[in-house]
Amino acid sequence: MTAPTFDAARPTSDSAVVLRMTDVHSYYGNIHALQGISFEVRAGEIVTLLGANGAGKTTTLKTIHGLIHARKGRIEFEGRDITSMPAHEHVGVGIGQSPEGRRIFSRMTVLENLQMGAYTRRDTSTLHEDYRRVFELFPRLEERRDQSGGTLSGGEQQMLAIGRALMTRPKLLLLDEPSMGLSPILVEQIFAIIQDINRQGTTILLVEQNALMALGVADRGYVLQTGRIVRSGEASALLQDEEVRKAYLGG
Amino acid sequence: MTSATAARRPFAAIPWRAPLVAAFALVIAYFVILVGVLADPSQHLTFVGAIPQAQAQFINAVTIGAIYALIALGYTMVYGIIELINFAHGEIFMCGSFVSWWLLTTLGFSGAISDPLLLIGVLILAFAVSMLVMGIVGVVIERLAYRRLRNAPRLAPLITAIGVSFILQNIVFVAISNSIVTTPQIIPNTVLTFGPVTVGLINLFTIVLAVGLMVALHLFISRTRLGRAMRSTAIDREAAQLMGVDINTTIALTFFIGSALAGAAGVVQGLYFGITVFNIGFQAGLKAFTAAVLGGIGNTTGAALGGFVIGFLEVISSVWGQGRWSEAVVFGMLVLVLVFRPTGILGQQLGDRA
Ligand SMILES: Nc1ncnc2c1ncn2[C@@H]1O[C@H](COP(=O)(O)OP(=O)(O)OP(=O)(O)O)[C@@H](O)[C@H]1O
Ligand SMILES: [Mg+2]
Repeated sequence: MTAPTFDAARPTSDSAVVLRMTDVHSYYGNIHALQGISFEVRAGEIVTLLGANGAGKTTTLKTIHGLIHARKGRIEFEGRDITSMPAHEHVGVGIGQSPEGRRIFSRMTVLENLQMGAYTRRDTSTLHEDYRRVFELFPRLEERRDQSGGTLSGGEQQMLAIGRALMTRPKLLLLDEPSMGLSPILVEQIFAIIQDINRQGTTILLVEQNALMALGVADRGYVLQTGRIVRSGEASALLQDEEVRKAYLGG
Repeated sequence: MTSATAARRPFAAIPWRAPLVAAFALVIAYFVILVGVLADPSQHLTFVGAIPQAQAQFINAVTIGAIYALIALGYTMVYGIIELINFAHGEIFMCGSFVSWWLLTTLGFSGAISDPLLLIGVLILAFAVSMLVMGIVGVVIERLAYRRLRNAPRLAPLITAIGVSFILQNIVFVAISNSIVTTPQIIPNTVLTFGPVTVGLINLFTIVLAVGLMVALHLFISRTRLGRAMRSTAIDREAAQLMGVDINTTIALTFFIGSALAGAAGVVQGLYFGITVFNIGFQAGLKAFTAAVLGGIGNTTGAALGGFVIGFLEVISSVWGQGRWSEAVVFGMLVLVLVFRPTGILGQQLGDRA
């Protein structure tokens, strides 16, 4: 764990910033996937990250989480430099993720998947409460708690992935395409649940292909294009933006 | 995927079938051994005369199977978590037998210990030391030889493993002995009688110990937090990290446990056969590997099962062919499994609950 830096003593106006990315560059070998990304997420917000296939949305989330380490730039979480923190320590500072493609543990039961979410937690007193909360958000999961993850439907797997991330008790929840492959009704449900989670106090960074839905729930948004941020602003403004409409909302 | 697997093997869906099939297989194995003993032209035994011998061979098969099972678990655990066939694992077993040889001879033992309390104490010490030392050796090997190659093409760590295996063999060859070493058989040559069944104390000890270790391992993997960390890392390393699992520690733990079990098998080797040699790990390792493949590599229950199957195959082929064919049968089995059922009897799962 890194020692507190001088950033910890920044002005209070800044303390509402949960995540700050400053000129972040990431590579896969010599593929320059993120080419200087800067943005921030403030406490209590839902911020959405939009962009076409291959724009770098997933890479951004992986970089935040330390699965890929930024080669240049700085990532701060609650004022603390986490740029080079190992991936497994991110849960400890309050970052949870439901990754692209769900990535649930197929040969483990639903309950065991949720237990994995609680893997680093020692606060057994609040643990019970959180299982309850996840089962309230997703009653399906409770019905299937002893079923192995791989046998769940796509929608149920998505619920499990989100539930599992919630079990880490994140301050910041990273969601990578939670609507992928779901029926329209289920997409509505998932987005309603995302808003619920946010209202209960979790800050959310939402990556989506479904720009319309994402901008509908988000406070602000950023648009990524080949590793760079090309647009940013209030969600309502982005919804009106001509370019954004053309590129992501079908006109 | 899981439901498709279940459909392909209807036995798995019905829990009471498994023990029934196992019991049936054991009965058949017994009769095959019995007929083999009767058919032995050098002995001319009557049916009644053959029974005690068949019984002894049956128990011998279970004992040898237990040793293979203990070694096979390490192969399967390591494969399950990093998809590496750790060819140095047989050498861990060999080194374990030398650690126990060294400890027992240093303490001045050369034969059976008749005082039961002393015997138990020395056994606990021998197993604890050998398991701990080999566990640490396994962790060090992973750290030095395999970790850097984790994302390399799969052939690289495989060749490295073969290299590590030569290194361990040569260390023992140079530092200890280039020929067969006699190990102290500290367990008295006592035979216990349970009604019509007679079992050697060493056999009973080995079987109980191996089964105990396997049950403990199973409970550890399926019920504990660290066991879940191991399974999740085996399934999806990146997702496990997102949950806060330190995969380096988890992989090291897997090597520790697998190597410790091979270390325990090494102690049993010395106690049961009374000998060890620097190159014993090669064949034992290959047979245990066959056991792991047979059970479904990556699947701990399968590895244990495979170990016992190999034990029986070896004993049956030696009873029928006076030992000449046992290797050919076991490795023929490996080829057959790889060709016709590469996922093994139980399929590919770490910590399967079937
Ligand atoms: N493991 C990898 N190795 C090499 N290049 C990669 C790898 N993963 C992603 N890339 C490249 O990095 C770029 C960004 O990919 P990323 O997955 O972040 O896109 P994305 O915005 O999430 O796209 P999608 O909407 O399709 O999920 C792409 O050009 C992709 O080809
Ligand atoms: Mg993506």
